[in-house]
Amino acid sequence: MTTEAHVAHHFDDAEQQYAAANLGMWLFLATEVLFFGGLFAGYAQYRYWYPTEFAAGSRRLDPTLGAINTAVLLTSSLTMALAVRAAQTNDRRGTVRLLALTIVLGSVFLGVKAYEYYHKYDENLIPGRSFSLSTGHGDSGDLTTLDSSRGVAEAREIDEGPVQIFLSFYFAMTGLHAAHMVIGIGLLGALLAAARRGAFSSDYFTPVEMTGLYWHFVDIVWVFLFPLLYLIR
Amino acid sequence: MHHVVEKKTYYIVSAWLMLLLVLTVAAAQRDLGAANVPIALAIAIAKAILIVLFFMHVRYGSPLVRLFAAGGFFWLLIMLGFILADVQARFSGW
Repeated sequence: MTTEAHVAHHFDDAEQQYAAANLGMWLFLATEVLFFGGLFAGYAQYRYWYPTEFAAGSRRLDPTLGAINTAVLLTSSLTMALAVRAAQTNDRRGTVRLLALTIVLGSVFLGVKAYEYYHKYDENLIPGRSFSLSTGHGDSGDLTTLDSSRGVAEAREIDEGPVQIFLSFYFAMTGLHAAHMVIGIGLLGALLAAARRGAFSSDYFTPVEMTGLYWHFVDIVWVFLFPLLYLIR
Repeated sequence: MHHVVEKKTYYIVSAWLMLLLVLTVAAAQRDLGAANVPIALAIAIAKAILIVLFFMHVRYGSPLVRLFAAGGFFWLLIMLGFILADVQARFSGW
């Protein structure tokens, strides 16, 4: 396959076409940064107002599962980067294999996420009328908090309202993130089919690189979600 | 035509990302007072920078791509900065 075969008529050459695609993708990602940024801004504002309740809500999440999912997603970014490299170096089998591996890791992430959501449902932690902090959780330490700043065991009741706000942010932010993952896995599936046909080579790998940019961006969102949601003291 | 990054570079970046993940979990388990949040954010930003520079190839990209990449985060900082300044100033009596 010649390089020229892939160049649309309004581009001078393959290099210019690639640069245009790359720049367009980064512009799209800038809008995505601001899309998620609105949720992060809302989160920061409410956490500033309700630090104790946000911490109480965060304690109901499982940081071990969150950390495992972070590792899974970071690894999927590595396999994605290697898939792009394989396409760049005409390694067709490697491209197919690494794209498949990335899909598997992304699916593992979503599986863990689904398990976590089900668990929240089971413990009545879905914001709404049946929300309750005391269901399915024997540890009464979640209902009260110790004021460590005074060095005395001064316990006070946690207001459930702002805890629901925390969990609303949790579901909205991780839900939007998961939706991006689902789209990403769909894109990877299409790439996988194209890669099997031998559509990509060192002359033309733009779709692999652009999907990679999207995948890494979604990874970055999670890199911020993990400490902000799971690791509040 | 394009910069092909060494596999070794990707592995090293990946190892750093895992190390930073361990670090952020370890830091969260200690009561560092007001320092907990800045440390968690600093680690997250370090991870994001590694991903953007190496996995997303901005380090090897054109100046225009770098400008676009930085632009998104710059506007985000404006949004976060002004919202938080407003919240802090308006409701400081809370």
